[in-house]
Amino acid sequence: MAHGSSSPGADPSNLWGNAREGSDVTTATRIRPGAAPAAATPSDAPRPRDELVISGLQVTYASERGAPVRALGEVSLQAHAGELVAVVGPSGCGKTTLLEVVCGLRAPDRGTVVGPAAVLMPQRDLLLPWLDALENAALSLRLAGLRRAGALAAARELFCELGLDGFERACPQELSGGMRQRVAFARTLLSGKRLLCLDEPFGALDAITRSEMQQWLARSLQREPRTVLLVTHDVEEAIVLCDRVVVLSPRPGRVLAELEVPLPRPRRAADPEVAALRARALARLAGEGP
Amino acid sequence: MRRTLRRVAPVLLLGLALLGVWELYCDLGGVEAVVLPPPHAVASALWDNAGLLSHNFAVTAEEVVLGLALAIAAGLTFAIAIHLSPVLRRAFYPLAVGSQAVPIPVIGVLLVFWWGFGIFPKLVVIALICFFPVLVTTIDGLASLDPERAKLLRTLDASRWQTLRFAELPAAVPAALSGARIALAVGVIGAFIAETSTPTTGTYTGLGREIVLDAGGFQTARAYAATALLFAFAIVCFQSLAMAERRLAPWRRPGLAGATR
Repeated sequence: MAHGSSSPGADPSNLWGNAREGSDVTTATRIRPGAAPAAATPSDAPRPRDELVISGLQVTYASERGAPVRALGEVSLQAHAGELVAVVGPSGCGKTTLLEVVCGLRAPDRGTVVGPAAVLMPQRDLLLPWLDALENAALSLRLAGLRRAGALAAARELFCELGLDGFERACPQELSGGMRQRVAFARTLLSGKRLLCLDEPFGALDAITRSEMQQWLARSLQREPRTVLLVTHDVEEAIVLCDRVVVLSPRPGRVLAELEVPLPRPRRAADPEVAALRARALARLAGEGP
Repeated sequence: MRRTLRRVAPVLLLGLALLGVWELYCDLGGVEAVVLPPPHAVASALWDNAGLLSHNFAVTAEEVVLGLALAIAAGLTFAIAIHLSPVLRRAFYPLAVGSQAVPIPVIGVLLVFWWGFGIFPKLVVIALICFFPVLVTTIDGLASLDPERAKLLRTLDASRWQTLRFAELPAAVPAALSGARIALAVGVIGAFIAETSTPTTGTYTGLGREIVLDAGGFQTARAYAATALLFAFAIVCFQSLAMAERRLAPWRRPGLAGATR
């Protein structure tokens, strides 16, 4: 979050007001004492509590030759319970690094992440070829200590809910790319963690399968609400799926803008409102005004 | 049926052709029968000595199977220990490499002084010869889990043991089986070394000792017959391992494997 970059009142239908202002959870002021909290905007709307607070995150890689690479310049953002937040930006802006820090796979150089345990769903499905589809999804439960029978039963239930029934015994090699991502998503959900970090989950799919999968994910998240951090370079995908879109700059990544997406669901890429928001997000990416 | 025929036809044809050349060479007087008996003489030696040879075969087959099992068990155990502990890797790996330079026929005799005339010293000799390929391939297999999958398991809070159990061990199965195949190939000759380097008592002392005795006693045809049995036994064992691999690592079936990796 670049302090003061948000334009208050830019979106009258903003459901949650400006969640950052005066938030008692944010630790940004501790890390950057110089940054004054934004002027309190009186807001009557009830403000859900932030579940995830990322403050002043900076990450630098030690590259093998030459100067160290700054992956994340300084990133702050929040998500409240059940919110779908998209992080978009050009390739190499540190999006994946951001998710790795949130999931505890990498320590930041500066800044803090306050939030619940997070689970990562990577771009490659990374299903284990020696397990069938159901066992792959149930892996999260087995790793959490459940016995095989119980884990499989729980996974089977979710399979039905996610429209995966009939594919339980298929091995990953027999599944299409879209189906594999569905199984990977089931595995992610079954981890039981409240925060899902999706790293370009549909990046490797063809355009038609991708839009099918977006609709599927939107439906699935309505049934199984979670807080989601979705990283993508596809602005359209971010708008179709998420409540809020955070636009990152090229490396080192910084928050350029945050756009609320107050559109009713289900959304389609062809909707004019989606197209209008997309144009706005792209303008922010190009460094132009609001 | 047809598919089986198509699979075995090439090896049968090549085998028959080689036997034909061998037979012809002997019949045309290329070499004396006591040095190289013609195939038909070997076949009749096999038939005439069926009782003796089958008893000796049973002895050798038992040695190979048990020795190989011992080698695989030891190879897997040490591979897992080395995989889990860098200290053990540094401590044990160099010694395992060094053990391969030990002149095993010489220590065979010593093993008999140690453990007596039974089958155990022979199993130790075979296992010493066979465990190294299993060890090396399994260590590499355990390390073959790709780092992205390892990262995923970390976000799913997998413990060290769970990572091994659910990911690293299954990932190592194909490599370990390749190691077992190499071990098998050297295991049959290992049984020969074991039998000829350890003094034994008993009526039937295995095909290896039989071959040495026959070759020394101008029973060349019987020595070749015994060799033919070892030859066939190695092929059968190798095929069983290939079948085991299809059962244990079905994701490596050709045509499927390429799609994922």
